[in-house]
Amino acid sequence: MVVIIMILVLLAFLALGMKDERWRPLLKKIMISGALLHNAATIALFFFRQQVAWKDYVSVDDISIIFTALISIIFTMVAIYSTSYLPLRRLSEVNESGMNIYVACMLFFLATMTLAVSTLHIGVLWIAIESTTLASAPLIYYRQNKRSLEAAWKYLLICSVGIALALLGIFFVVASTRGTGANLSLGSLIANARQFNPGLLRLGFILILIGFGTKMGLAPMHNWLPDAHSEAPSPISALLSATLLNCALLGIIRFFQICVAAGLAKFASDLLIIFGLFSLFVAAVFISFQKNYKRLLAYSSVEHMGIIALGMGIGADFASLLHVVGHSLTKALLFLTAGNILLLYKTKLAPDVSGLLRTSRPTGVLFTAGCLAVLGLPPFLPFISEFLILQKGISGGYTMAMVLYLLFLGIIFVSVTKTILPMVRGKQKISVNMKLPATLILPPMILLLIVVFLGIYLPHNVASLVDLAARSISRIFG
Amino acid sequence: MNWILVGIVLTTFVVLGSSRITTRIKAVAIQGGLLSVLQFVARGSLFDIHGALLFGITFFIKTIIIPLLIFRSIRGISMRVDKEPKVSSHSLLLTLGLITTISFLNINTFPLAVGATISSLLIPSALTTVLTGLLILVTKTKATNQIIGFLILENGVFTFGMTIVSEFPTIVEVGVLLDILVGVFIMGIMIYQINRTFDDIDTKSLSLLGDA
Repeated sequence: MVVIIMILVLLAFLALGMKDERWRPLLKKIMISGALLHNAATIALFFFRQQVAWKDYVSVDDISIIFTALISIIFTMVAIYSTSYLPLRRLSEVNESGMNIYVACMLFFLATMTLAVSTLHIGVLWIAIESTTLASAPLIYYRQNKRSLEAAWKYLLICSVGIALALLGIFFVVASTRGTGANLSLGSLIANARQFNPGLLRLGFILILIGFGTKMGLAPMHNWLPDAHSEAPSPISALLSATLLNCALLGIIRFFQICVAAGLAKFASDLLIIFGLFSLFVAAVFISFQKNYKRLLAYSSVEHMGIIALGMGIGADFASLLHVVGHSLTKALLFLTAGNILLLYKTKLAPDVSGLLRTSRPTGVLFTAGCLAVLGLPPFLPFISEFLILQKGISGGYTMAMVLYLLFLGIIFVSVTKTILPMVRGKQKISVNMKLPATLILPPMILLLIVVFLGIYLPHNVASLVDLAARSISRIFG
Repeated sequence: MNWILVGIVLTTFVVLGSSRITTRIKAVAIQGGLLSVLQFVARGSLFDIHGALLFGITFFIKTIIIPLLIFRSIRGISMRVDKEPKVSSHSLLLTLGLITTISFLNINTFPLAVGATISSLLIPSALTTVLTGLLILVTKTKATNQIIGFLILENGVFTFGMTIVSEFPTIVEVGVLLDILVGVFIMGIMIYQINRTFDDIDTKSLSLLGDA
């Protein structure tokens, strides 16, 4: 893992230097090869479980493997998609930052995200998560217009401040270990957690939840998220929503593990449930009158992060991790398809789009299927995880929370279908004559196939991996 | 050590009280310098390679590079005085006074066990600095001021970090510093872009996006 991160950073620097127009084809190759290298490393990770690569600074456990695999799949799809999306978008948008910045930042972004998910050291975890912000801010500003500038500035400032608070939280957690001989690696923190000062640990967890929660998009700290997701180029929105939010989530999971081990499970879960339900509420409200389909998808991410937090809170760890997988794959698929719609119709407003099935049948089918999946309908993967969360919640006695959960999901279901169906069906208002190349259809198609496949049949290997990861969260809890 | 802490708190007053951006940046630079000395003192041992190295890096980044970066990013931007504060600087200073008083009054109620080498003024000063950073972030609208607010917040967090300075490995601290440096660098580029796009660095003009 160390090697792959270094190679990625090197490639990124290399790409940064290729400013000239004539390097464009080579830059694409660099991006794709970065993605393929990452794939290879991930597959190697499955077979040779090299637990410790470099002390605890870079080292993996079961949770890391799931997240790394997700990053790997989605980044590859996004990289392939970008190679033909950006040239096509250049026909209608004048300004852009240039391919060298795009590729370099993508690779930096990939490297920092990989580091974030494959470290068991809480200091390095913080560094990596902060670097993901820095690597992705130029990508949000890729269009170089007023709107993307505002989105990028908001993103950078809000997330940096949030993450500074998380650092304060980490300091508190470290201060709470005083006298127990624990160092900053997760293993030793969990092993010694019983003797920590509970007051300080509580304070630390609150600050970390707020800090990383900002980045993860939990309401009420989610303000940057819809802006950034709607203004970034669509492949970047897909990456942000499907992988970046997961990294921040992982940050929270790590400290949740420590809290559980320290016997503060009740306190930490209650916080997660409150934030989760509030995110669901906010998402339901804002989705109900949302006209911009990219913002709609962004609020849907807030919703799903809420569901995951809620699931962790009620102790449905297996279902939550499964939901992470389902949400990432589906949301990546949806944002990529949204990119296709933007290419075809050149507008982000849902009422201006109609007759998508007539304009481009594959895009229409993909968009409909993706939306149904993200709403939690069978036979897609998110249905299973949402259902498992509900089941666990009711058997665990969280009746009130589950009633609210169903209510918000119901509201979101109605509002999303109300917005989406007129886009897909109906007559074409404007005739669009544009053939989308296969590289714009295939990546979301593959993602859709994975989501459907996992929804119908969850292979034993995947299930046991998620189960192992879930057990590592709630080892003492359950 | 107490003198350094007092200095850190006083610089926050300077930042809030002055109306010139250049004075503010200088004050932040001085605060960074004080912080690096504080870090050196808090480690306890004077002739320690680790400590000296960290002192050097912190000083270099916080006192020299970051202020230079901010100066560079506002070069060519005409208004160095910020005239239209949303909240008057009198009320800001009064608020800061209140924050400081409250932080220092509760000096004994904080649950942080402070080591023998650490002054008991550390936690209140850190708290004051963090809260001032947040105060600046919510009341000022100029992009540079927001960066300064962020830096002060970060300095406050660092001051808190002095309580656990012995537990934190150097590599992590250097990583944190580098992250902040790159962050300020990117923010500097963005200030330049904001100025180029809007002819102003007031973030009030960044209000196009929202839910209709």
